Amino acid sequence: MINKIGRDIPDEYLKNGVEPFQGIYYRDGYQYKKAAPTVRAYVKPDGNKLVDSIHDAVVKSGLKDGMTISFHHHLRDGDYVVNMVMKEIHKLGIKDLTVCATSLGKAHNYLVTCIEDGTVTGISTSGIRDEIGEVVSEGKLKHPAVIRSHGGRARAIEDGTVKIDVAFIGASTSDAYGNASGKGGKSDTGVLAYADGDAKYADKVVVITDTLVDGPNFPASIEGVDVDYVVKVDSIGDPEKIATGALRLTKDTRELNMAKEVAKCIYYSGYFKDGFSFQTGAGGPSLATTTFLKQYMEKDHIKCGWAMGGVTEPIVDLFKAGYVNEILDDQSFDLAAVASAHTQNHFEISASQYANPFNKGAFVNQLSFVILGALEIDTGFNVNVVQGSNGILRGAPGGHPDTAAGASVSIIVAPLIRSRMPTVRDKVTSVTTPGESIDIVVTDYGVAVNPRRKDLLAAFKDTNIPLKTIEELRDLAYQYAGKAKASRIYRPGRCLSRIP
Amino acid sequence: MKVTTQAIAGTLESSDAQVMILPHSGSVKVELTSSVFDQYGDHIIALAKDTAKTLGLEDGLIKIVDKGALDCTIKARIETAFYRMTGQTADLPWEVL
Repeated sequence: MINKIGRDIPDEYLKNGVEPFQGIYYRDGYQYKKAAPTVRAYVKPDGNKLVDSIHDAVVKSGLKDGMTISFHHHLRDGDYVVNMVMKEIHKLGIKDLTVCATSLGKAHNYLVTCIEDGTVTGISTSGIRDEIGEVVSEGKLKHPAVIRSHGGRARAIEDGTVKIDVAFIGASTSDAYGNASGKGGKSDTGVLAYADGDAKYADKVVVITDTLVDGPNFPASIEGVDVDYVVKVDSIGDPEKIATGALRLTKDTRELNMAKEVAKCIYYSGYFKDGFSFQTGAGGPSLATTTFLKQYMEKDHIKCGWAMGGVTEPIVDLFKAGYVNEILDDQSFDLAAVASAHTQNHFEISASQYANPFNKGAFVNQLSFVILGALEIDTGFNVNVVQGSNGILRGAPGGHPDTAAGASVSIIVAPLIRSRMPTVRDKVTSVTTPGESIDIVVTDYGVAVNPRRKDLLAAFKDTNIPLKTIEELRDLAYQYAGKAKASRIYRPGRCLSRIP
Repeated sequence: MKVTTQAIAGTLESSDAQVMILPHSGSVKVELTSSVFDQYGDHIIALAKDTAKTLGLEDGLIKIVDKGALDCTIKARIETAFYRMTGQTADLPWEVL
């Protein structure tokens, strides 16, 4: 069936309540009953939740063939938990599992083995990179992989689309009763925001920590009342690697110039007022925007009410300098963010609070600005951040579609051409974020405003923002790079283009 | 002009290309490794052959390792490798290039 953005979604995927995309606000007002876990009551006061090993926890959890297990990625490239758990499951010979992860990358490469031998036959995740992305792109996963945004994952867990049988939650600290936190210990992750729904909606919850502390371990991101078993291991990860992956601070003149234009767009948008809120993605130019934003804030004596997101050092620096009143943190991207998470007015929010479109109002809906990256943008302003132009899965939607749909002004910043691949093009390889939620595209060759946003076009009219149409940007990209020949696409038309 | 010795130009940086010209008898052969092979491979090979023709190359192996360079860059790298091979450093025929 052809969906609203002209993508053909094969009928075989449109089952079990899956609908083709019908507009970003199509499900506004939708009523549903939340899912609920099956809970084993611990009535007797002699319950001991500590188990000796991950092996024992897997056995006690009753994990069987065909079940769904879940993980979070707060330790990013430093994560040991996924591989440790998958190795035990592999040894036990359990097959046909679905892994529901908040993101997957380099640190989780044992999943490749598990996919190849049928231990894992289903994946649903909010990010997929490196070897795992390649294996899935080659079609080695038995069932279609489902890629949801952070908000979409929280929604799917709460409305029962995804049923987690056993959640394995790595935690920096925990007490013996399972009150667990991302703060403290040997592997400090700052927050445990993405695991919140897993703990509340999974039938069985296993906390894995390398630092057992005296109870109660408050404030606890994961509450002991939701936890079945606690396992102490030597190490849950390498905190030094939390900052690797997508993050880099740029010195590149081209990126800095784009960041300058982004800040200018924010300044002239009409939404740059005292108490505004914003979020930036983790790409080079998105991060660099904070530096230029600060200059405008100084000039007009304006302060940011709150900054949200994937929190990074540049945001923490603004916060510490008093330009940002509060930080709402769903993920600490680097060690500076982890340290800041321990301070006042730096708050942890759950994935659902952050971005779930099906609760009674997520924070994304209150954003003034969001600044995001893109692998590809088409002339319908549709954005791809997941699939490389050669068809390989190599990215993460994260909160991209959620924040773009929620923010008053959503800004994409990307170079017009990357190593000869035109970023702005006729058609993106697959759609991560639909064009109706994208307002401004900033490139190194000009700025395009979605014609739907007449207010922004009017606001930018008498400024020196180098306005172009999206078609003009596309033509420039093709003129310099030449028009690309259609490449081999693995598994064309996968549900990637379906936006929840 | 035939290739008698080898020469190199360019780097392996993103958006650049490294071009080597090596002896190869009989014809002009192009060997391409490219990060955008699927999308621009045929085009780059045709461009290399065209450039060789303009330079008056009769035989030789043009080995290109491309990291997503634009046409102007690839052409410039081939020309540089060619003139390094011939040893010509002055009076380049700019009007033909």
